[in-house]
Amino acid sequence: MLRWLGRNALRAYTGLALIYLLLPIFIVALFSFNDPVGKTNYTWVGFTLDHWGNLFAIPGLLDSVIVSIRIALISTLIATTLGTLAALALVRYQFRGRPATSLFIFLPLATPEIILGASLLTLFVAIGQPPFFPLNEFTILIAHITFNISYVIVTVRARLSGFDRRLEEASADLGADGWQTFWRVTFPLILPGIAAAGLLAFSLSIDDFVITNFTAGRTTTFPMFVWGSARIGVPPQVNAIGTIFFVVAVSAVAVGSFLQRRRA
Amino acid sequence: MIAFLRRRPGLLPLLLLAPAIAWLVAFYVYPAIQMLQASLWSGTLETGFAFSWANAATYPEALGRYSDQFLRSILYAAVSTLVCLALAFPLAYTIAYRAGRWRTILLFIVIAPFFTSFLLRVLAWKTVLGDDGFLLGPLKAIGVLPEEFRILATPVAVIFGISYNFFPFMVLPIYVSLEKIDRRLVEAAKDLYAGPARAFQRITLPLALPGVFAGSLLVFIPAMGDFVNAELLGSVQTRLIGNVIQSRFLVNNDYPTAAALSFMLMAGILAAVFIYARVLGTDELESGIG
Repeated sequence: MLRWLGRNALRAYTGLALIYLLLPIFIVALFSFNDPVGKTNYTWVGFTLDHWGNLFAIPGLLDSVIVSIRIALISTLIATTLGTLAALALVRYQFRGRPATSLFIFLPLATPEIILGASLLTLFVAIGQPPFFPLNEFTILIAHITFNISYVIVTVRARLSGFDRRLEEASADLGADGWQTFWRVTFPLILPGIAAAGLLAFSLSIDDFVITNFTAGRTTTFPMFVWGSARIGVPPQVNAIGTIFFVVAVSAVAVGSFLQRRRA
Repeated sequence: MIAFLRRRPGLLPLLLLAPAIAWLVAFYVYPAIQMLQASLWSGTLETGFAFSWANAATYPEALGRYSDQFLRSILYAAVSTLVCLALAFPLAYTIAYRAGRWRTILLFIVIAPFFTSFLLRVLAWKTVLGDDGFLLGPLKAIGVLPEEFRILATPVAVIFGISYNFFPFMVLPIYVSLEKIDRRLVEAAKDLYAGPARAFQRITLPLALPGVFAGSLLVFIPAMGDFVNAELLGSVQTRLIGNVIQSRFLVNNDYPTAAALSFMLMAGILAAVFIYARVLGTDELESGIG
């Protein structure tokens, strides 16, 4: 009896928890179809497809999306490269200072974003000259690479730790040199881990608000655009863009896991 | 270069690490030192800043002036962490032991919020919790709640927002540590005549502690620095230390005060983590992170 109750209470609770998790995502999408009166888009008025029809009718919105995508692409590329090299070193080699290095890499993840952003702002102000000051897209890029490096290292390292070293030994036994072994055996095996880290870095960068807020100056990324318009009222087009981001991200994850399952 | 490395194989890991470490030293460590220095500045952005140890008085001044916001941040972060823990544990338990083939999809739903913009999620709750929104509107219409009842612009809304946004950080580590538990231990406890409640209390709960510890830190630390939830869902009465740091830096350009507050915030967080680790034991800390 107690068991039955426990099981069904858990089931009901899980259902509620899932609604709690998904409700805001649903609301964001729903209000992209709203036809609000005035500037604020907080109450449901009526259904319309108008905002999807002229997505970029709002001045500055398209530019902010382009800036965000550009920063996300470049910061992902650089952070994934630097992070993967460091993760390889941490997993594959024993050396003095390895535990200390791991702890050091973990620190930025344990620092609140506001402090990361604030300290970078202070650095740029103290330098006080271009390209660091006045703040611009370049300073946002530096900030995003900084927080992404640690995320990439942690992600790639987690994927690498299950790696079977004997495959590389087999490659060497068959006469491959170190370089060939790396590109023909090691790299293809760790590629899914690198791709996962890259995807994480990209989505963290494109959605970052707190650190960007401190390092952006007059540059407007998509989250900065949302923040700026939150005071006067977020136009439904912003909800539409948010919904597109969500669908693209979910599809990327779905395709990624499908490809990996097929390989396995 | 390859020939050189072949003679000195010990150098290869250092070479691989060098770019990432150099980057973090330049843009993580050095800015922190710079911020420490900035907290001892005096002056303004227009006239320029001058460094002097005598400006250390900024620290007690800032702490005295913003002690309310500091205490509020600690309170909200602690309550949010407890709320997350209470909500996350049953969900993580279900996913780990009861979900069967639904496990992957449930885990995906847990992280799904991260695929929507953070700010839009917070604004969505503003819609739901609004004074005449989906939740309160109908309850007021049928007279369950008085007309003037509100959630928005109260501490409840801010704590709700913080809890929602960091909830997945609590679920995932608890799930990971529950999933690692060898279920034969629970069976053994039952063989030894422990009831389900006692088996849970003596086996499952202690073994899930590393996840609880990691999850609590992953919620508490960002919650201490929050200003977005407080700004969008709260009011002047719910301003947190994050709001003060944000406006001192970006609106008032009062870098010395803002830098001093940032340092005290970081010190407060480290102290809280240290105390928490002492209470729960450092073994949990290490296995929670590792």
